[in-house]
Amino acid sequence: MKKTLSMAWALALLPALAFAQAKTDLNLWTFNELHAQYYNSAVVAWNAANPTKQINLKAEVFPYDDMHNKLLIALQSGKGAPDIADIEISKFPNYLKGNIGLVPLDDLLNPIRKQFVQARLDIYGKDGKTYGICFHVGADVMYYNMDLMKAAGVDIDKIDTWDDWVKAGLAVKAKTGKPMTTIETTDQWSYWPLISQQKSDYTDKAGNVTIDNDINTKTLQFLHDLIYVQKIAVVAPGGFHHSEQYYGFMNDGGAATIWMPMWYMGRFTDYMPDLKGKMAIRPLPRWTKGGNRSAGMGGTGTAVTKQSKNVDLAKAFLVYAKGSKEGNIQIWKQLGFDPVRWDVWSDPAMNEPNKFTAFFQNPNIFQTLLQVKDEIVPVNVNERMVKVIDQIRAKTFVQVLGDNSKSAAVALKEAAAEAKK
Amino acid sequence: MSMKSRLNTMRVAPYVFVAPFLVAFVCFYLYPIATTILMSFQNVVPGQTSFIGLTNYGNIINSDFWDALRVGLIYTVLTIAILVPVPIVFAVLLNSGSRRLNTVHRAMFFLPSLVSVVVAGTVFRLMFASTDKAVVNGVLKMVGINPVDWLLGGAAQAMFLMVFLATWRWLGVNLIYFISGLQAIPEELYEAAEIDGANPLQRFFRITLPLLKPTIVFVTTISIFGGFAMFEESYIFWQGLSPNNVGLTMVGLLYKRGFQQGDLGMASTYGLVLMIIVFTLSLAQLKLFGFFRKED
Repeated sequence: MKKTLSMAWALALLPALAFAQAKTDLNLWTFNELHAQYYNSAVVAWNAANPTKQINLKAEVFPYDDMHNKLLIALQSGKGAPDIADIEISKFPNYLKGNIGLVPLDDLLNPIRKQFVQARLDIYGKDGKTYGICFHVGADVMYYNMDLMKAAGVDIDKIDTWDDWVKAGLAVKAKTGKPMTTIETTDQWSYWPLISQQKSDYTDKAGNVTIDNDINTKTLQFLHDLIYVQKIAVVAPGGFHHSEQYYGFMNDGGAATIWMPMWYMGRFTDYMPDLKGKMAIRPLPRWTKGGNRSAGMGGTGTAVTKQSKNVDLAKAFLVYAKGSKEGNIQIWKQLGFDPVRWDVWSDPAMNEPNKFTAFFQNPNIFQTLLQVKDEIVPVNVNERMVKVIDQIRAKTFVQVLGDNSKSAAVALKEAAAEAKK
Repeated sequence: MSMKSRLNTMRVAPYVFVAPFLVAFVCFYLYPIATTILMSFQNVVPGQTSFIGLTNYGNIINSDFWDALRVGLIYTVLTIAILVPVPIVFAVLLNSGSRRLNTVHRAMFFLPSLVSVVVAGTVFRLMFASTDKAVVNGVLKMVGINPVDWLLGGAAQAMFLMVFLATWRWLGVNLIYFISGLQAIPEELYEAAEIDGANPLQRFFRITLPLLKPTIVFVTTISIFGGFAMFEESYIFWQGLSPNNVGLTMVGLLYKRGFQQGDLGMASTYGLVLMIIVFTLSLAQLKLFGFFRKED
């Protein structure tokens, strides 16, 4: 079976087959060059496997904001939308307002739904229908710099709770003088996974703002204390974990750990080459005994628009590219993402050496994922969420973590009040 | 009467001549303005747009709005405080002395305004990056000053960046306005003043400045609008998300609500609010300068 699968992809790489079939044009918009490359490879495989339903895919890459705005206007005005579009998770609710311009994918997804990490389908749904398919689980993990751990005498497999992690942080700080971690002030990846771990969120399922609840307040206070009380964390250079300054800082062994989703692996391999062979991946510490050790973060929901002239073909191709087993294996191989179908995580194909397995100390990266697959709760994606994110990224984090000018409780209360407006 | 002769009558011809302008005006100004006013009373969602009365107007005031208003106001005041007096001084200097050299200097001052904001903003962002390897911080370090976190360091640094970029870009344009204003002042006035024993400073304050007033009023008016309508500079610096809203402008807020959060009704309301603010300030300014007073 596996052989035939990989053969299909291999065959696909051969020059166009001799079928003189007329190809159907499909347009696709994305905001990420790597995604476009992936779709282009997937369409070659699709055409090899479906000689009677040939596709001529035109994948266009736009800047992030640009693409989302164009798509919003196109759907609003009823003209000019592509057949298929990538929509980033924090923008997705904008496209589910009013008469939804996207097509439900449930008829094709239902037979394979059980093989998906359920949380990753729920986030692109409304009223029981699913409108997008994700690239990855985005399982949040802890990346440890093992040189610094060794220097501090820390055994990372003994770290089970956040208390353990803080203790290890104090040891690292005392022995090496380096901060245990960095915390983002202009983005949300230091904060969102930690509250999601505790089954809390920015909003509840009904879309009510919950950003100022107890768990969220305590968690933001925890991050604040790491910086200003225990002094084992610093604000991420450049403000977030995708800044050039942060990459340089971390590459030089600036901090001992970072928690980010699995998809962040690619940033290590591409932007922090000096850490090769030094990093190990583990689940996040738990908050309580038996608590969750991960959270699903970020995502791109790919959707088919109602304006497509070939809705059925577009849907079939989308489910093939992002929902099929072979597609999911390719997503790991080409993009380094943790695919949404958990039934591929234990597939031998996932253990084949690639630039990610060569970079990290883990003998089997997906073993880590399998451990936490049932410990990921969905985040609530809705219109209020978009507003909360805007507020906390623009103000709350800067005030509480950056310039330490407001307490977590006060700042979150203010953010909640603004987001409710 | 034939078609041709009908077009030639005094009654019809003027309308034919103004038609292109009218069509453009109706399509690209009147229609959008009317739609904006309409949309400001609506909740705009695909296929289910509905009238919601004054709800959008009730939601105008929030912390983002005050931030945008504050940033817009400070930015406008600072740009006017710099971009009116400085170009006047340069204009006076460039209006005297060697003609050929002046042309070269004028071109040098004007050149930045030909550069797209996006390009200039990107270059500025790189120059003012917070690492000590960036150009500006590198220079600061050489003279013994600690590197500054320009983009994320706080409101003062952010405002400095925006005003600096505006000064660099618009100095040359305002310079051209003032030079043409200066050239309209009759030379005899200066000659007469010189005979009466006025020194250069007196001549500047008693002749040049009063006679430049129309130009100053004009430049201030367009600067008020330009200041409050500023968007690209801030967007390029912070991609629409500045810490503590240090770079959020009125148009930035409109963009955020309309395109980033998908609420075009609310964005239309902010558009109208912006128009009212700018209109009020411009009128106040014109009144202050005595623009409506009848000439004696």
